[in-house]
Amino acid sequence: MASIIVAYGRLRNQLRDYERPAGELLTGPGLWLLFSGLGIWALIGETDAFVIGVVTGSVLALGAVGLTLIYGILKFAHFAHGDSMMLAAYLAFFVLTGTVVGERTDTQALPWTLSDLPGATEPILDFSFGYGLLIAMVIAAAVMAAVFIVLDRLVYRPLRQRGSGIVIFAIASLGIAIAMRSLILIFWASSPRFYVPGIRPTTDLPFDIRIVTDQIFIFSAALVLAVLMYLLLFRTKLGKAMRAMADNPELALVSGINTDRVIMWTWVVGGALVGIAGVMLALQAQLKPELGFILILPLFAATILGGIGSPQGAFVGAMIVGIAQEVAVTVGFLSPGYKFSVAFVILILILLLRPRGLFGAKT
Amino acid sequence: MKLPTVLAANGLRGWLKGGRLLTPLAVLAITAAVVIMPAERSGWDMGSVVSFLTFFATFVAIYGVFALGLNVQWGYTGVFNFGVMAFFLVGANVAAIVTKPPASGGYDQYVGGFGDKLAFIPVLNSDQWLPFLFGVAGAAVFAGVLAFLVSLPALRLREDYLAIATIGIAELLRRITIEERGLVNGTRGLTGIPRPLSDLVEPSDYKFVIFGIAAVTLIIVYVAIERGIRSPWGRVLRALREDELTTAASGKNVFAFKSQGFVVGAMIMGIGGAIYAYANGAVSPTTFTHFFGTFIFWAMLMVGGSGNNKGAILGAYVIWGFWTITLQIAGYPLPLAVTSRIFFIRDFVLGVLIVIVLLLRPQGLLPEERRVSIWVERHSKGPRATKQPAGNQGSPP
Repeated sequence: MASIIVAYGRLRNQLRDYERPAGELLTGPGLWLLFSGLGIWALIGETDAFVIGVVTGSVLALGAVGLTLIYGILKFAHFAHGDSMMLAAYLAFFVLTGTVVGERTDTQALPWTLSDLPGATEPILDFSFGYGLLIAMVIAAAVMAAVFIVLDRLVYRPLRQRGSGIVIFAIASLGIAIAMRSLILIFWASSPRFYVPGIRPTTDLPFDIRIVTDQIFIFSAALVLAVLMYLLLFRTKLGKAMRAMADNPELALVSGINTDRVIMWTWVVGGALVGIAGVMLALQAQLKPELGFILILPLFAATILGGIGSPQGAFVGAMIVGIAQEVAVTVGFLSPGYKFSVAFVILILILLLRPRGLFGAKT
Repeated sequence: MKLPTVLAANGLRGWLKGGRLLTPLAVLAITAAVVIMPAERSGWDMGSVVSFLTFFATFVAIYGVFALGLNVQWGYTGVFNFGVMAFFLVGANVAAIVTKPPASGGYDQYVGGFGDKLAFIPVLNSDQWLPFLFGVAGAAVFAGVLAFLVSLPALRLREDYLAIATIGIAELLRRITIEERGLVNGTRGLTGIPRPLSDLVEPSDYKFVIFGIAAVTLIIVYVAIERGIRSPWGRVLRALREDELTTAASGKNVFAFKSQGFVVGAMIMGIGGAIYAYANGAVSPTTFTHFFGTFIFWAMLMVGGSGNNKGAILGAYVIWGFWTITLQIAGYPLPLAVTSRIFFIRDFVLGVLIVIVLLLRPQGLLPEERRVSIWVERHSKGPRATKQPAGNQGSPP
């Protein structure tokens, strides 16, 4: 056994030394070419799946951008990200409908909900939801930002001050993920839920594509938020400080950047994105407690594919993962049960070929 | 906050952090609850209490094997496995299909089924032993190979990549067992798994036999790890965990040792999965969730004390005790709102508990031993090796 490992290591190191320039070409532009080639093939051959994949990718992108910021700036894998998305989706569901599970069945826990606002459930345009859901989404985003700050104060900051290794942070976030999922199950039980019951309106796009109208909203929201994130990160001082910290925390600290403040804002931005991403996820699929944890697979695949700490990388990575998931399932060489495993395959490929990701800096 | 409250809070913190009484108190509380609750509910019927406790102890031993395997990976090697479920699943399913008779088709489809062919050498009037040895060995081998394959792409990179990769492989394997119906009977799972040494005793007394098997397995695994960890090999693993660069500079192949630690831990988990399959008599895909298959073993190890084998077993006892108690609580006349969601409350408490342990008592109930060498212990007569909380803080910051 040991000799196999040693031989494998030697072989790998030799390959690395001899073929570094070739490997760099193969895994850099080569990967780009591969992904864009597959993307164009999917766009032409499997247009429907491609469009759905873009929508899935939009949801993932919202989560992955926040995840990559936390990963890049706080330097640990935030395993509670998927469950946070689900918790946010349920919070929006709660302020919208006021429903929780009572003794056994559903009860109305709030005396007054967003749905009671005049015209709050009237569909906007052709969407299935009214402006009530938009307010609920904003509330969920704000609450999640607050939750993240409180968790940082209570859990992550003490660990930081003690100088714990990244793995301890990851285990703590796993514990928080479990606690979040259990809270969802305690308050809303395990049966799937929807913001708006019934069949949702569809829209016909050019080229004979029919999609649920809400999916247009999801995609547009992701684009708008991507632009906003770009402006925040590349046009404001705070964004500059965040990128500096992701690059080199010690250098950022001695350059006079208030790292505590940057960390706090990272949680705020990450929490707000998680809140919106959660509501989008529930709009795209449904509210289901188990979905949260397994969501971290495509989220981490997107983050690592794009390069940790790179928001634009996370966006592109999320699109690739989303499209790959949907196309792989539609083309028929995978049964739908394997959807999340597509992300895993992409993850393993990128770990083997280019661990720093498409946009990652050379080390 | 008023001064006395602050002082009391700090006192509690300090006590949780270093208090020696916490460990015996926790064990006492769990033991009392585990013994008294079923006794009271069964009307002090000793027969059913003994049966309950045997069953409980069997599963403590089985989960203790998993905690020991995880301890080899995380506690000693510092390798970060969030996919314990993958090795649990492989171990349990492989052990089941090796020992079962061939599948009858229809609603009963699986590969393997060598049980009848292997049961040909009787020992102690029982021919129900050889297939199970093959089952356990197969479970260990398959889990080990799987771990080796996972370690190839992920172990050379950042340590948290392995965690993500292992979650991925666990999810993939869970999916494969469900989707590929001919492999291990899909969603129906495998039932009617033969029991080792089942032809020796009456079925009603079989619980003692399986407890004995689980306990012997736990002891063998424990002794093997203790010996391994007190050897030069074990010290390289611990050195790796503390500082990879220094270990590499001392001429050790970092990747090979990490891979070995990971594979050995996974093989132990595979053995645990095999014993689980034999003790339970059935393997259902619903058992293998990320919560039950992975997180609970992390809770056991972190609560018990990573880097300490006794701590890992103690953690298995405390956490499984807590788990069993919540099942008992559901039988008491409590508000329906509580009893109907007692499992979710239990999961919530476990999630919070692991965070509290990390914050307030990172060394766990039994801290890691500082010195692990049989030679040093033999030479230093008089005061034993000083036991100080080393605190498994993982990799260098």
